[in-house]
Amino acid sequence: MATLELSLEDEAGARRARRGRRLGMLFWFAIGWMVLVFAVAIFADLLPLPSPTDMDMLERRAPFSVEHWLGTDGLGRDELSRLIYGARISLIVGLCAPVIGVTIGGALGMLAGYFRGRFESLVVGSMDVLLAFPPLILALAVTAFLGQSIFNLTCILGVLGIPAFMRVARASTLTLARREFVIAAQALGASHARILLRELLPNVLLPLLAFFLLGVAVTIVVEGALSFLGLGVPPPISSWGSMIGEGRESLDVAPRLAFIPAIAMFLTVLAFNLIGDTMRALTDPRQGAL
Amino acid sequence: MMQQVSSDPLLKVENLVVEYAVGGRTVHAVSGVSLEIARGETLGLVGESGCGKSTLGRAVLQLRKAVSGKVLFDGHDLTAMQGDALRKMRRRVQLIFQDPIASLNPRRRIGDIVAEPLVISGVADPAKRKQIVDDVLSAVGLDPALVGGRLPHEFSGGQCQRICIARALVLNPEFIICDEPVSALDVSIRAQILNLLEEMKARYGLTLLFIAHDLAVVKSVSDRVAVMYLGRLCEVGPSEQLFASPAHPYTALLIEAIPVPDPDVRPTQSVPVGEPPSPIAPPSGCRFRTRCPRADARCVDEVPELRMVAPGQFAACHHPLI
Repeated sequence: MATLELSLEDEAGARRARRGRRLGMLFWFAIGWMVLVFAVAIFADLLPLPSPTDMDMLERRAPFSVEHWLGTDGLGRDELSRLIYGARISLIVGLCAPVIGVTIGGALGMLAGYFRGRFESLVVGSMDVLLAFPPLILALAVTAFLGQSIFNLTCILGVLGIPAFMRVARASTLTLARREFVIAAQALGASHARILLRELLPNVLLPLLAFFLLGVAVTIVVEGALSFLGLGVPPPISSWGSMIGEGRESLDVAPRLAFIPAIAMFLTVLAFNLIGDTMRALTDPRQGAL
Repeated sequence: MMQQVSSDPLLKVENLVVEYAVGGRTVHAVSGVSLEIARGETLGLVGESGCGKSTLGRAVLQLRKAVSGKVLFDGHDLTAMQGDALRKMRRRVQLIFQDPIASLNPRRRIGDIVAEPLVISGVADPAKRKQIVDDVLSAVGLDPALVGGRLPHEFSGGQCQRICIARALVLNPEFIICDEPVSALDVSIRAQILNLLEEMKARYGLTLLFIAHDLAVVKSVSDRVAVMYLGRLCEVGPSEQLFASPAHPYTALLIEAIPVPDPDVRPTQSVPVGEPPSPIAPPSGCRFRTRCPRADARCVDEVPELRMVAPGQFAACHHPLI
């Protein structure tokens, strides 16, 4: 009777080689940048930085110097310090909002794709309504009604992300739920909860995770756009978006005030996308099958 | 009229009707099928694609609800069962699928997949589970130490089918429904899997319902064969007898269509023409009449019942060949 001929050592060695080859320089740059951004954002209070809100009207738009590494902004506030404290806001909003989306949207999508029927019509219908609602109006309405705060901003962006995550989860669940392994689990007498959690979730999680990292990148940009429009975090708190917005006023005299936060945002978003892509490729059980 | 194979059949299907709605219309997948399978027997179920043989297999397991009819397993009516009682009964009946790779969760390890039935049925002790899983993996010809920690994509189709068989056997069932278990496999692997099924049948004392569209495969494994056409049974009989002297014209045509491994033998021209009619609107009377060379006015009006044409052999035809 035939058994497996491959020995385990060979396979493990081959896998190590494959994995080593796929992680290129770009991936490590992305990881390095992420570590740097997270580290300075988390330990901002411990760093020897000037206050991001202290104004020095004598040193407005000061160039790079030993005292102010990245100069000062239009109100004489330290640019590096504002950039680092701004990273906090961008990362908190950028990570928390997609978490709301992936949790609620993912759960709704899986339930809709698995149970089908009226529940699915209801979920898809309500998501379509949410999608059709202009996001900017929603943001305006909520901030006008509840006031500007990081929490409100995160909630708005999170809710706006739910339909997209729902669709990703539902689409993968729909194709998976018809596969034989799900029918096999039903034939074994597994409960719905068990099928959803043990059979479907591990398979749906991967596209959701890849989409989550994309969501983080998009949310950082959207938060920037909202802050740029003055709907984001209330001043004097800095976020990358509001810094770009404030830098706009002095684009002709000191373009760096808009460009420095823009570059920080660009690199961070790029890093999230790169890491997301690599993670997806790494965790796919069928190597390169996608 | 019902064919009697033993006084105490393990599975008895009575007048089973399965229909489902597709785009507002009703598909008559299984229309009044009655079957008996004796303990320790292998019943082969053959028919063209779309004739309802897989639906019948799934309806036996209550994966698809029957419109009417009964499924008696060891005297218990499965169609009347729900919830826990049905779940307990399902442990005694297992299913093997056509596509072995799709029937294994790509993100779970083989050890977990094979242990899953034990977890669901409440074997709480992990050491005991591992013992049972290792035993059954060895029984199907896989090295437990080597395969347990791997993912399904690392195996070939034949190996995956071995894993599926191991999963089906792990609860020590009495009855296994094999839904085209070898049609997705290479010809060279088929014999191995068929031998393995035979071996497991003897070792675990199994009763098999073997669904296939390949008559040659069915002939080699079955004690009795049931031929299905468009949701109805055409003919049931002992394997040898049915192949030697088919009573139903459809069975005869299927047997003629088996390729003969001899280049000098010309293929016969009597293979049924065209596609089978749609199960959404099946023909009146005998469902095979539209393609049958012997059909006449009686076949249009009257539904033929299964009746005995030879000892143990039953055919649903107004003009049987014997």
